[in-house]
Amino acid sequence: MSNPVGQAVLWLNDPLNWTNPGGILDRLGEHLGMSAAAVLLGCLVAWPVGLWLGHTGRGGGLVVLVSNVTLAIPTLALLTILPLTFLGFGRPAVVVALAVFAVPPLLANAYTGVRQTDPEARDAARGMGLSGGQVLRRVELPLAVPYLAAGFRTAAVQVVATAALASFVNGGGLGQIIRAGFGLDIAAGGGQIIAGGLLVAGLAMLVELVLALVERLVTPRPLRPARRRANRRAADAVAGS
Amino acid sequence: MSFRLSYRADPGNPWFSWQYVRDNSDTIVAALRDHASLTARAVLIAALVALPLAVAAHWFRPLAGPILAFTGVLYTIPSLALFAFLAPYLGIGAVTVLSVVVLYALLVIVRNAVAGLSQVPPEVREAAEGMGYGRWGRLLRIELPLALPGILTGLRLATVSTVALVTVGVVVGRGGLGQLIFAGFQNNFYKAEIMTGTLLCVLLALVLDLILAGLGRAVTPWLRGRAR
Repeated sequence: MSNPVGQAVLWLNDPLNWTNPGGILDRLGEHLGMSAAAVLLGCLVAWPVGLWLGHTGRGGGLVVLVSNVTLAIPTLALLTILPLTFLGFGRPAVVVALAVFAVPPLLANAYTGVRQTDPEARDAARGMGLSGGQVLRRVELPLAVPYLAAGFRTAAVQVVATAALASFVNGGGLGQIIRAGFGLDIAAGGGQIIAGGLLVAGLAMLVELVLALVERLVTPRPLRPARRRANRRAADAVAGS
Repeated sequence: MSFRLSYRADPGNPWFSWQYVRDNSDTIVAALRDHASLTARAVLIAALVALPLAVAAHWFRPLAGPILAFTGVLYTIPSLALFAFLAPYLGIGAVTVLSVVVLYALLVIVRNAVAGLSQVPPEVREAAEGMGYGRWGRLLRIELPLALPGILTGLRLATVSTVALVTVGVVVGRGGLGQLIFAGFQNNFYKAEIMTGTLLCVLLALVLDLILAGLGRAVTPWLRGRAR
């Protein structure tokens, strides 16, 4: 009884905690659902903007500004403020709030990915008579894929981690299990709190692992050796929470 | 500290109200002070732990991988989960908040410090060796000063993200300004309270960032005037 980890194992071993309404399986579905929606929304907004800014070479300052400001806004604040706007109380507001935190890594990596394209390759494409849009689509975009993949991975992991906080506004997700544990007395809820923590952390790491594999698969073989260095450089541009 | 409301904007519920700020200035200042002190302590502790770690990673190459990997894994763990792991042991209060926040700040500072130290050109290192500098002399007189810009970038990033992260501490009852945000949410979505907490958070991050930037300028006089 006194050992919280033992209590956590006990809690996780109870099948009813998994299958009950509002149990682990329900929460897992909610968590993944809203994370996926948020990342998708983030991609729809950030990628076109980032690619275009990178293509024209303007807006480097804007990219930095967006990531810095987003870093300073507390997740909790955004999660509480957005439901009070026209988005209303419920899932849409939570998804938009999470998407805001997906934008900086997506945007910065899309921008950097296009900017790092070898200028000679770009000049050659121009010389072959490709228009600006064609250069972007047929030269810069394919070469930026490793960056886009790295940004997607960072964003997705971050959103899955942040989605745990949706429980503060009763937005569902695995964080709800932790919050319910805190709602009890800390001595009584300790097991559930740790169990929830294990689930959330496990999911975030699983997503990280799976996306790392996917990233390797989608990166064309010739681009792989350079990827590691590029990855870190782009990651330095944005360190999210 | 109690975060009761003494005034409720009715009718309306405006996004911002000076009336609220005036009526609750004690609560607001207390929350702000709590937030600032938690942030400052966390960054200070994190820096004191992170710099030796970075130097260790720099000197003993085999250590660099494990240190960076460990801090990287730590960063994947959601903040709420980390609170969940520590709260049953450390209890409800400032110690838990501080531990969680320090752990996150650690990674940012270590990563930037290692990057900064490894960016020192090998010629410079060799020249220092040729001039008879030992390992410590080289570190203190040459490598650390040259790595300062990288280290300062890490400190600034860590500070800004710590300010945002402290709010999550609300879950163990010590969230600083997060307390205002959450209390406003629970008080029938009292917008003025939420907004005040949020704005002060962003403002605090901005001010601390500016202070660190100024400090950075002061300690790296050789970078001034150089074309960026």
